[in-house]
Amino acid sequence: MSTAIEFNNISKQYRLGLVSTKTLSHDLNRWWQTAVLHKEDPYLKIGSTNDRSKAADSEYVWALKDINFKVEQGDVVGIIGKNGAGKSTLLKLLSRVTGPTTGTIRAKGRIGSLLEVGTGFHPEMTGRENIYMNGAILGMTKQEITKKLDEIVDFSGCERYIDTPVKRYSSGMMVRLGFAVAAHLDPEILVVDEVLAVGDAEFQKKAIGKMQDVSRGEGRTVLFVSHNMASIRALCKTGVLLEKGMVRATGRINNVVETYLDSAEAEMSEIVKSVRVYDESIRINCIRFNGSINNKTTIVSNQEFLDVVIDGETSKCLKNTDIQILFKSREETPMAILCEGHYKGATEDIPIGKFCIEKRIVLPRYLGQGDYKIDIAMHEPMVRWLFYAENAVFVHADGGLDGVGQAMNMKSGGVIGLETTKGL
Amino acid sequence: MSQSEEQWTTVIKPRNKLFEVNLRELWDYRDLISLFIKRNIITQYKQTILGPLWFVVQPALTVIMYMIVFGGIAGIPTDGVPRPLFYLAGTCMWNYFSECLTKTSNTFVNNAGIFGKVYFPRLSMPIADVLSNLLRFGIQFGFFILVYAIYAIIGDSGAHLNWYALLFPFLVIMMAGLALGFGILISSMTTKYRDLQVLFSFIVQLWMYATPIVYPLSQTKGMFWCGIPVHKLMCLNPVTPVIETFKYGFLGAGEFVGWRWLIYSFVFMWVLLALGVVVFNKVQKSFMDTV
Repeated sequence: MSTAIEFNNISKQYRLGLVSTKTLSHDLNRWWQTAVLHKEDPYLKIGSTNDRSKAADSEYVWALKDINFKVEQGDVVGIIGKNGAGKSTLLKLLSRVTGPTTGTIRAKGRIGSLLEVGTGFHPEMTGRENIYMNGAILGMTKQEITKKLDEIVDFSGCERYIDTPVKRYSSGMMVRLGFAVAAHLDPEILVVDEVLAVGDAEFQKKAIGKMQDVSRGEGRTVLFVSHNMASIRALCKTGVLLEKGMVRATGRINNVVETYLDSAEAEMSEIVKSVRVYDESIRINCIRFNGSINNKTTIVSNQEFLDVVIDGETSKCLKNTDIQILFKSREETPMAILCEGHYKGATEDIPIGKFCIEKRIVLPRYLGQGDYKIDIAMHEPMVRWLFYAENAVFVHADGGLDGVGQAMNMKSGGVIGLETTKGL
Repeated sequence: MSQSEEQWTTVIKPRNKLFEVNLRELWDYRDLISLFIKRNIITQYKQTILGPLWFVVQPALTVIMYMIVFGGIAGIPTDGVPRPLFYLAGTCMWNYFSECLTKTSNTFVNNAGIFGKVYFPRLSMPIADVLSNLLRFGIQFGFFILVYAIYAIIGDSGAHLNWYALLFPFLVIMMAGLALGFGILISSMTTKYRDLQVLFSFIVQLWMYATPIVYPLSQTKGMFWCGIPVHKLMCLNPVTPVIETFKYGFLGAGEFVGWRWLIYSFVFMWVLLALGVVVFNKVQKSFMDTV
């Protein structure tokens, strides 16, 4: 296999703040230093790394810094990272919307970019006219579009409206039409930015299916940005993890996603801090999960039970309450749930004053090795939430009872119902 | 290195070379240009009842106003040509120029949304603007010919068509070229600092008065400014020889400015276009960061 795209020391610097007279003085200084004195650009040296949350110590920031990696032909590369890590900037550079500050990108073949669906749609023009407009903007010729017109219209599912101005379309229809055009683009390299997260469920499925066809069947090189780890895992073979404008990890997609999730998870803190109370009369003082008040814990192999203790107080008598505990994968897919009030009608009344709820959960016989996120909640089943603690605990499980593991993953389908046992 | 360099079809570097203008690429995107033209035309009069007829109403009202203000109140002569014809000729040509100029000078600012999402040769946008305005100009020119014909039938027109009218297509190209050149130059210069943009709309207005639209160039004959004949100063404005030739060819108004000035305008247009394209090309690379 040969290299399709090569990023060579790519950096992109942005200036923070408004364009003002200060910018002008910097521009004049830059021009003086580079054009007249033939020195280096003085502002290229002082940029700070891109950390969105910290106050800036310099007016210049490196959105991308020294990016080096290669993409093989036919690879589907997932680019992941937190907001502001430089993912979109990277795609913008590749789709030539803006130029890099330093470095070179070399690519083989036509680059088609899909940073937005329906670019160049004009509300006054009909669907058909907009297909031509959008297609041409994305780099197709009139002939190519005419050849694919029926397919595009069919894929979009907007045939009835095709001669109506798109301003009369629902926003979903507009997106369908836009994606339909983009899906029928066939450059050797396709750059896609989160556009799959649009449209209704049926259309999303169609869109992801199309993406899979493109990457698998037709051997096209695809660069794909998304925050949806599940679809990244499903579509991509390799991944690039960006952090603060630098490449943190590259390689097989599963490893890269793991690295990302490790870095993305919350800092160690008390479980009780993630509680959101929906009824003013209750207060949660302490939650212990697996014997710990901290939000990181490990389920060791051969562990049979998991204890949850919730301490709190209420100024009102609470009727028919129940505790719900949800096990989710790192991609937030629900895996198992404890919800006895719902399934068995086993609810409790809590009198005024302090309360202490204890649950001993029987762990499944086959507990998959891996990481889970836990939501803890108290509710009146089918009525309302009393409190909800989202991603309250991050659990690492060493594996199942007899070390078989992997029973509790998405592919086995459905959510496992958990049960409690007496005698905590 | 140079050997492996050849396999790459796309190389993205921080800066283009100064004269690296990819006209071939522009040609590859000719379908896009034609679609932009179509879009500009279609969307201009969507949901209006009079449609393209509006293009005629506007110059008609302008001419009536000029007849009152410049003809009636100020009493400026029109070289013996009926006033409506004289003003209409000037307005037609000037409208095309100023429309193209204001449209193209906003290329970057107006299209930031679309330019920020997808790459295509940016020059296709102003080129499409200039070409689609030809339709409007064509309709207005047709209106001019109609009024001309009415005068000819009535028989009291002081207008004399002559061979110079054959220069017409050439004059239109010059107007388009000048507007495009100025437009993209201004557009490139206003992406970061918008000051010029504020000034510019005002300059276009003043420019009209520096061009013989509402008065004949012959009026300036015999006037001097610092010892230089005003007539010559006026011709330094590259639009003046074009407008004057048009009026002379169709109306026989005044006298021919001379080939010298016409060639001056022509050369001016090419220099301006070259400069505009080079600056535009330099700016398009990273304008998204500053617009």
